[in-house]
Order: sequence, then structure tokens, then C-alpha cells
Amino acid sequence: MRFIPATDAEIREMLATVGVEQVSDLFDVIPDQFRLRRPLSLPRALSEWELTRDMAGLARRNEGVEYASFLGAGAYRHVSSVVIDALIARSEFLTAYTPYQPEVSQGTLQAIFEFQGFVCELLGMEVANASVYDAASGLAEACLMADRALRRKARKRVVVSETVHPEYRRVVSTYLEHSGIEVEVVPVGEGGVTDWERLSAAVARGASGVVVQSPNYFGIVEDLRRAREAATEAGGLLIVAVAEPVSLGLLEPPGGFGADIVVAEGQSFGIPLSFGGPYVGLFATRDRYVRSMPGRVAGATVDRAGETGFVLTLATREQHIRREKATSNICTNQALCALAATIHLALLGKRGLEQVARQNLSQATWMKRAVSRLEGFEVPFEGPTFNEFVVRSREVPVADLLERLEARRILAGVPLGTDYPHLEDCWLLTVTETATRSDMERLVSALEEEGRK
Amino acid sequence: MTAKNSTPGTRGLVFREPLLRDLSTEGRRGLDLPPLEVDEVDPGEVLPEWALRRAPAELPEVSEPEVVRHFTRLSQWNYSIDTGMYPLGSCTMKYNPRVNEAMARLPGFADLHPRTPDRLAQGALELMYELERFLAEISGLDRVTLQPAAGAHGELCGVLMMRAWHLRTHGRPRTKVIVPESAHGTNPASCAIAGYRVVPVKNGPDGIVEPAQVAELMDDEVAGFMVTCPNTLGLFERHIGEIAEIVHEAGGLVYMDGANLNAILGEARPGDFGVDVMHINLHKTFSTPHGGGGPGSGPVAVREDLAPFLPVPVVVQEGDRYRLEYDRPDSIGKMRSFYGNFGVLVRAHAYIRSLGAEGLKRVAEIAVLNANYLKERLKEHFHLPFDQPCMHELVLTDKHQQSFGVKTLDIAKRLIDLGFHPPTVYFPLVVSGALMIEPTESESKETLDQFVDAMVQIAEECRAEPERLKEAPRRPVRQRLDETRAARNLVLR
Repeated sequence: MRFIPATDAEIREMLATVGVEQVSDLFDVIPDQFRLRRPLSLPRALSEWELTRDMAGLARRNEGVEYASFLGAGAYRHVSSVVIDALIARSEFLTAYTPYQPEVSQGTLQAIFEFQGFVCELLGMEVANASVYDAASGLAEACLMADRALRRKARKRVVVSETVHPEYRRVVSTYLEHSGIEVEVVPVGEGGVTDWERLSAAVARGASGVVVQSPNYFGIVEDLRRAREAATEAGGLLIVAVAEPVSLGLLEPPGGFGADIVVAEGQSFGIPLSFGGPYVGLFATRDRYVRSMPGRVAGATVDRAGETGFVLTLATREQHIRREKATSNICTNQALCALAATIHLALLGKRGLEQVARQNLSQATWMKRAVSRLEGFEVPFEGPTFNEFVVRSREVPVADLLERLEARRILAGVPLGTDYPHLEDCWLLTVTETATRSDMERLVSALEEEGRK
Repeated sequence: MTAKNSTPGTRGLVFREPLLRDLSTEGRRGLDLPPLEVDEVDPGEVLPEWALRRAPAELPEVSEPEVVRHFTRLSQWNYSIDTGMYPLGSCTMKYNPRVNEAMARLPGFADLHPRTPDRLAQGALELMYELERFLAEISGLDRVTLQPAAGAHGELCGVLMMRAWHLRTHGRPRTKVIVPESAHGTNPASCAIAGYRVVPVKNGPDGIVEPAQVAELMDDEVAGFMVTCPNTLGLFERHIGEIAEIVHEAGGLVYMDGANLNAILGEARPGDFGVDVMHINLHKTFSTPHGGGGPGSGPVAVREDLAPFLPVPVVVQEGDRYRLEYDRPDSIGKMRSFYGNFGVLVRAHAYIRSLGAEGLKRVAEIAVLNANYLKERLKEHFHLPFDQPCMHELVLTDKHQQSFGVKTLDIAKRLIDLGFHPPTVYFPLVVSGALMIEPTESESKETLDQFVDAMVQIAEECRAEPERLKEAPRRPVRQRLDETRAARNLVLR
């Protein structure tokens, strides 16, 4: 067994020290009736050569990776550098544990500290944690946090716009079901944006949190000024989700509109699509709420010699100290993905982030204009969009249309009917900076040919 | 020349490295974008004025070589499994096979968008389906969700399923969960989010939870008993079968925290000793890297009658095809977006395929042998509160050293100078001044002997020059850091 150094001779020597005859005697502490007396039923062990061959075979069966892709809806393909992988694959980052012993974890700790700073800059917030699993679970944590931060001052209720990513909403419901916090969803309004009138009415009874996403699930920039007003009316916190934070290269960040908690999906920053994970949730808030925040935080301090260094701090909020009274049950987070995002943002830099955002906007705008000129299609919502937008197929049912395009090796986007029955004839089309002109033209001509009955 | 059995720690050249923001020089950049093939759009033309960013995010401006050097220098300040033994108890810091990394990076996996239609993602779905079957066989349970992103996330998922099961079976969720005092902090924290009150139960005098104690706390308000087995003292909960009967008799469920599953791989299966729900830490038992604190993965295995409550979607097999099924009306919902930390699942799948049944059993055997070997060699130098055969880990204390004014923390920090990562310290809470040591199967006898040498040397230093331990560590890039100051005077960015 190539991963285990022990030889038979060494095993005998060690058994003698322990004072037992054979290895199986070590398991006599397990009651006899529970000992497994047969081998596990698993496929035989493979050498590295065989394993690589088999896994490559499985990977090849994911034919979708070869297609021209206009998929988005919460996971985006972006340009990134091999530098990220070269650095995060370094043993010292990859195979280190959580930095509980700071003297031998300064690399990880400084990287987390820098990550927190980048997240604050990006989101326009004052304080960020070391990461949460993803934006969806982060949003659920944000809702729990709002209740905690305002305890006894606000109603146990969060009001969520239906334009928030359907999966994020589902995770919020799952987490909050037994918290005593009511979740009220305000149906999507005209134009694919939050129905501010109804949201206003919904918050009139008070709420600990008002939850919106921008750009929203339909790719449209929401008016966060209205969201801020609603949260103030509700006497609660404004919680903003960002599924595509590349947009913040051009858009005023939620912090600029007075958001109290911001959660973003960091996958867009150098993290592979990897069939949905691992990604990284960015989580940020205001200084005054820092003690209610979930998750780990790195802080600066000094060592015995007076040199600046970093440690995990505010641990008294966390489960290993506070147990059932902790601000969250989170322990392991997404540290290596946070490191990848930090490296990516460093490579992009101040100008690069803006440039990549401009490219996304330009590409998607080109596509939006091209699609809206096509017979059989329309762009039903007028609101401003960033790198994805909704398209309506007037003649061919969306499922049939997407399948016809698949036959041409094009993945044209994500259908909306399952989550929004009134948009059954619509799908979400995403164009990032990675789409080539020729793929974009291929999609347009395919739609032209397949879009009529 | 260094003798084979001396401790490995020594000095090396380390570099100062400031924050990136202090390296920033206007005009530098580290990533070139491909040129636009469409006309550039003026943002002001398509986005409303009020929505435009007023000031750019102040990210540093640095070139590629500066970024590479920055993070390479930072990495050199870290201890890692690849540099040395990492005996953190209940963390299972074993070797992370490099082939797993290569497999997760295959373009067919790494570039696959989660919303790819099922028929174009058959390889990924098949891998997930197989991994579920492997974990079901290893745990002795029936069905598995791969969705949770970490152990604590799995706990919450599992407790929510218990809750749904009670609602279905008894018409109400019940109100309490019994948790031993030796449990990880995540256990009570997860129960609290799921709306349960935690009732602690003491570990018996020999470190094992006693059936009578559980029976006394058991009533029809108890939804379940949440146990780590082997427990955090490294001991197998030998009354688990009897306790499971007591819990089941009163209509409760048994949840097992699978953090220490490494010790019993192929030797015993939780499903066979009465466990109804358990989570499995792929980043412990199944060799996926910790990455400085994640990403992990915390699949949850359940008995058949809890299967309707699994989060959506689940992977189903139809003939030789696989698809994601969402239509499950009794599901607890979703724990996170998409299907789980897929890249971590690839690594765990590769590990199980590399080892097979025999290899996994060998893992448990050597992990347990290594821990017992350390216990026998260290117990004459350090206080061993539970002197009995252990499983994958052992717990020592600083009781003998306290008379010299030396505490667990000092011992831990001195180990760093001798080239070892410290064990888990001051946990479990039920043992005062605990040093919890888990060597795993990855360490050779020579390394274990070096670790013993280091511990024995420290025990001697406690007697001879205890003040020296207070000054440890001296060799790493930073000496002992002031954690109190960090918490009082918050500087977080």
C-alpha cells in the first residue's frame, strides 16, 4: 500500500511494544458482535496508472465541457491564470490545517487577512470573515445573524425578494425553518425586478432583515436605494447577495448603498466551475455587528519580539468555545478557495477588475442587441443588466429550443420555468469575457434557424 | 550528519514579506485579458448613473512575478503535512495523495458547469453515484447525500433530517438532543440551529458514556443521542449497542459524528451498531487536503427510512444513465447551492479506488497501532488519564509538568521548535490540560520515534529548564503571538 510506510517487521516490533500479539487484537475494544467479519464490498485497489486511466474515462463522459457555453445563473466561467493553481497547490498551503497554532501558520493567516481586506474593498464594507461555504449558505447565515444583531429590537422575520437566486432562497428556508424566524417571499414585480410596493407593504409589520440580490437572478441591476429605504422602514438590516461580483468592477458596491450585511459568491475569482463546488462565500458586515458575525476572522497583533503577526481572533463567538451559544456552527470553511480568490484579485488588481467588468458588459450587450433583433425572440425585461439577461422564445418551447441547440454543441443558457412558472417561455443567457466572437455568432445564427416552428 | 532518530526541527532562511497593498505600484498588473472582439460599450450608456461605481475597489497593482514571490514567501511560513508530522487529535491529518489533486483538475471535471444538462454530465453523476454507494457500504447505512460542504454542515443536515423523521413518525419534532461532554463544539452548535436544546451527558470514569446515564436522561422529548465514536478521548464507545437500544426504545435516533471514522474502516460499521444517521468528513478519513481550513466535505449517511428527507437533488440511476432528481416532497430542502463540493468528492472517490477494501482496513489497523505505540512509549513521561487500549488517538495531560510551572501550551509551543506541529490542546474539555495526539497511518516508525524523542526531551526540559519552555517557539518566523491584544484591539484588514 503506497500511502502507508509501515513494514511487517516494524509492525511486529510495535506490537511487541504495545504488548499484543496481532494487529486485529487492537480492535478487541469493539464489542465482538459489531466487528465486521467480511471484507467491505468495494472495487479492488487500483495502481496510480489504472486510476488515472479510469478517472480520465469518467471525465471524458462530461461532454458538456466541450460545448460553446452561455451558462451562468450563479456559476461563471472567467479568465484566470495558472499562477493560482501553481500557488495553491504548494504543499505548505494545500496540506496545512486550520491555523490554530499561529506561529507556524503565518502564511495562511496573512493570506486570510489580505483576503478580508480585498473583500471589504470589493463590497464596500468594513469587516469581512475568512469565508463561508458559498453564497447560498452565507445568505442563510446572514439572516440568522440579522436576528442576533438586533435581538429584542426587531421582529423575527426576514423579507426576501423573489428575484434572489432560487437556490439561495431554498437554502435560507432550510436553515431558518426551525429558528423561529419567518421567511416571507415578495413575488417578482413587473420588469423582472423586485416589486418595491409589495416589499414596502411586507415590511410594514417589521422585519429583522430585508434580502435582495443585485444583479438579481435575471441579471438585472436592482435599485438598492429602494432596498435601503425598505430595510430602514422595517427596522431591520439590509442584506444584499451578489452572485456575480465581477459586476462590482463597474457597479457601486452594496456597502455604498448602506447594506448592513453583504454575501457574495467568490467563484468568479479564479475558482474552477467544478460542477458546483468547492466555491467560496464572501461575507462582510459593519464594524458594529462584528461580534454577531459567523465564521473565523484573522486579526493583526504582535509577537514576543514585537514583530507584527496574525492570529485567528474573536474566537469567543465560535462553536469550539461557545458551543450551543455560538454565532454559527461553522468550523471548516473554504480557506484554499479564499486563497485562490485572493491571488486572482491580486493579479487582476484595481484596473484589471474594472477592465474585466467592462468586457463582460460589452460582450453581453452585443449579444442582447443581437438577440433582440431576432424573429421569434424578445428580451422581455428592460432593466439594466450586466453579463446575463432573460430571453423569451415566442414560438418554440424553451426545452425544445435548448435541446436543438445542444445538438449543435451549444449550451444556450438556463431555463427559468421550473423556478418561475410565469417565465416558462424564458431562459437566462450569460455572456462573459470568455465567449469568443465566433461562438457568439454561432449562437445567434443557431437561434435564427431554430427559433421558428 | 543528522542521526536518523534526532528531532527534525532546525533553522532555515525565511523572508520578510509585507502586505500586498504595501507592494502596490500604480500601473502594474498581473493578468492580461484577451482583446475584446466586440465594440466596447460605455457603461454610462447602458447602466444608470446612480448604479455606477464611484471609486474603484482599492486592490493592489502588482505584476505576476511579485504575486508569485509574495505567496511563495507566505507559504514558507506555514507548517504542513508534507513538511512534517501533524498529530492533531480528531483532525486526521494524513497524507493527501497527489494523484487526487491531478484527478480533480482533469478538465472534464474542473471545467464542468453545474447547470450542464444531465446527459452531458454523465461522468460526474456516475462518480457521485458510486461515491454514495462506497460510503453507504463503509458506514453500513443505506443512503447518502454528498451535499454538505464540511463536517459541521453535515451535522446540521443530519439533525434536520432527524427532525423531519420525528415530525413524520411522532407528529412533532421533540425538543432535546443528548450530547456527551467530550463532543466537538460543532455538535451542540448544530443542534441549536436545528432548534434543539442540548442535554449534556457525562463520560463515565473510564471515559466511556454509560447506558444508565443515557437511560436516565431519555424521555419522549429526546429526539436523539449524538455521539462521536470512537470518541475524542480515542476510546471506542463500547456500550454503544446498548445505548442505541435505549434510545430507539424511547423513539429516539442515534446520530454519529464520523470525525473519527478512520479508526474503524473495514473493522466495524456504524450502521451495524445502531447508528441511524452519521456524517463523514472526507477531508479527514478520505485524505482530501485541509487547505489551511477547507474546503472540506461532509456527506451524511442515513438508514433507509430517513432517505425521503435527504436534501435535493439526489443522483438516481436508470439503467446505465444517471440523473439529478429534485422531485422529493419530503426533502428537508437544500443545504447549499448545487450538489456539494464536487472537487473534493473526486479526490475522495480516487482515494477509495486507490485503496480498495483491504487498503482501507489497513489504514485503520496502522492508525490504531501507531496511536497505541505512542501511548505505550509516552505514558511513563506524561500523565495518561485513561490507561486502556486506545483507537486512533490518545489523550495525555500536563499534570506531571505543572509542578515545574509548565503547562500544555508551553509543551505544544516547544514541540514546534523541535520540528513537529503540536497536538490538539485543551480539548476535549473533559480533560484538564489535554494534549490529544492522532498520528494517523501515514507516519513511519522512525517519525513516531522522533516524536517520542521530542516529547521525552521536553519532559526533561520541564524539570531542568522550565523557563526555556515559556520562551518557545523561537525558530519559526514569529514567536509567541499576543492573542489577547488581537481580540481587544481589532485590526481585521
